[in-house]
Amino acid sequence: MSDVRIDLSLIADMVEPGSKVLDVGCGDGALLALLASRRHVDARGIELSREGVAGCVARGLSVIQGDADTDLGDYPDDAFDYVILSQTIQATRAPRRVLENMLRIGRRAIVSFPNFGHWSIRAQLAFKGRMPVTSNLPETWHDTPNIHFCTIRDFVELCDTLGAVTERAVALNAAGSDIGVKAPWWFWNLFGQQAVFLLRRTALASAPDAGPL
Amino acid sequence: MTAKTNKSGKASKSAAPALVDPVREANEPTSLVARFGPERPLVMDCGVTLERWQIAFQTYGTLNADRSNAVLVCHALTGDQHVANTNPVTGKPGWWEVLIGPGCPIDTDRYFVICSNVIGGCLGSTGPASLDQATGKAYGLNFPLVTIRDMVRAQSMLIDYLGIASLFAVIGGSMGGMQVLQWASSFPDRVFAAVPLATAARHSAQNIAFHEVGRQAVMADPDWQGGRYLDGARRPSKGLSVARMGAHITYLSEAALHRKFGRNLQDREARTFTFDADFQVESYLRYQGISFVERFDANCYLYLTRAMDYFDLAADHDGVLAKAFAGSKTRFCVASFTSDWLFPTADSRAIVHALNASGASVSFVELESDKGHDAFLLDEPQLFATLRGFIGAAARARGLA
Repeated sequence: MSDVRIDLSLIADMVEPGSKVLDVGCGDGALLALLASRRHVDARGIELSREGVAGCVARGLSVIQGDADTDLGDYPDDAFDYVILSQTIQATRAPRRVLENMLRIGRRAIVSFPNFGHWSIRAQLAFKGRMPVTSNLPETWHDTPNIHFCTIRDFVELCDTLGAVTERAVALNAAGSDIGVKAPWWFWNLFGQQAVFLLRRTALASAPDAGPL
Repeated sequence: MTAKTNKSGKASKSAAPALVDPVREANEPTSLVARFGPERPLVMDCGVTLERWQIAFQTYGTLNADRSNAVLVCHALTGDQHVANTNPVTGKPGWWEVLIGPGCPIDTDRYFVICSNVIGGCLGSTGPASLDQATGKAYGLNFPLVTIRDMVRAQSMLIDYLGIASLFAVIGGSMGGMQVLQWASSFPDRVFAAVPLATAARHSAQNIAFHEVGRQAVMADPDWQGGRYLDGARRPSKGLSVARMGAHITYLSEAALHRKFGRNLQDREARTFTFDADFQVESYLRYQGISFVERFDANCYLYLTRAMDYFDLAADHDGVLAKAFAGSKTRFCVASFTSDWLFPTADSRAIVHALNASGASVSFVELESDKGHDAFLLDEPQLFATLRGFIGAAARARGLA
């Protein structure tokens, strides 16, 4: 499993074995295949691109062609144990509505996203005065499908607004290592290249908060 | 109940095989046939019970020892049981030979493929063209109205007859896809995998309208004779031909017609200022109409179009389509085509949403094609890749090597 992308591996570890999972924007099905083989989940996916869906179905995955922005509304409440949005939220037209739907149709939601607050991005904007292009985000501003970037702090604020509870949050640095739970948010926001959040809807009484908020 | 062995049309001295008589074919088909008597009547949705009935079918490949590798193929409106062999009536290749055969996505080296003529059809399953033993004449309009569910009920009795408890897969497009959905809803435990292609859970108002035009064309032909034409020699060929021409347009797309014919003239340099078939597209449609009436019974066309019109799976479940699939363990693979305006992608999405709502396992892809509704019958590499993947994965889950 050493060749598995670190963020996908991290997500897989957050998922209970044998659960029912929807991966929104599942691409070529790499995460779903990992979840099916490692966690034995009932894996389902939604993918916008025809090629992606055809590839997933050819791998034997249950994937439908659809759009996170328009099709999540059709799923019933509590249809899944986990709804995952991996490196996709920044490409949705209405991230807030997508997240609301995820929290509605899944008992838990897992969101991973590139952190636009990372120091290298801040530096490009501050010193070059140009929209950042990094190894992580290689497209130029006019080519990118990413239309709603956020920083880790922005995302935390959206979760607060929606009343979502963070059960676990992990920031990964450029080398792909876990930055560590003890670090404060400002440190995550500066040095985390990407973040993974495990969320559930509405706060329960005295819910333990795993993040350093 | 007797099964007749397959006697295919023998080749005469010339290269072309001798073609069989379609009227005879309605009663004595050039295929396998299962005959049922009063001990196994067919109870139909309209309230009529058929005490003597038969279902004509073909099989390909070998049923395995576990009887777990059977694939049922459901044909569309004017299809038949000759899915992967030369058609005895037309002499043309089977209608889905691109998909079904050795090494094909539905591999007859691995699967036991069954395809039957629908009840109400005219190639050997009991229908309006069959002999009514009570009168000694063809049923004509005395035949009870058929529904998609009746077709599936008859198929399920054929599957019983073949000693198969559960089908590995049921697959079909258009009206065949309606049967697939009905199978998955009526017999969820007997369907491991379901592949409804280019279809809908209910026939749209526009499609009912097109069908009605076709039926009126048939019935307006004086040779239709109130449906009693099989008692004499004249056939409502003009009316049925017009019905087919109209329907054929709905199976294509503007882009496909433009690509194939444009405004090209047929075997002439200039317009003739007459109502001759000046344009290639006219000539093509006329040919489609004429060749259709040689192989298809007009009354059957009325009955089968009606069966599609009546199909509304949600209506049988309090108007909630998801209830039709409640608790389903079947794996579904739904596909539509971008240029299909007869069964547009929205129809397939409605099926997918219902399957999602019922928690069923479903894959869905809209395939790029300019060939219209007919695309599901044609050589579409994207469709084949999708089906190969889906069927292969389902076979692994089923324990089929």
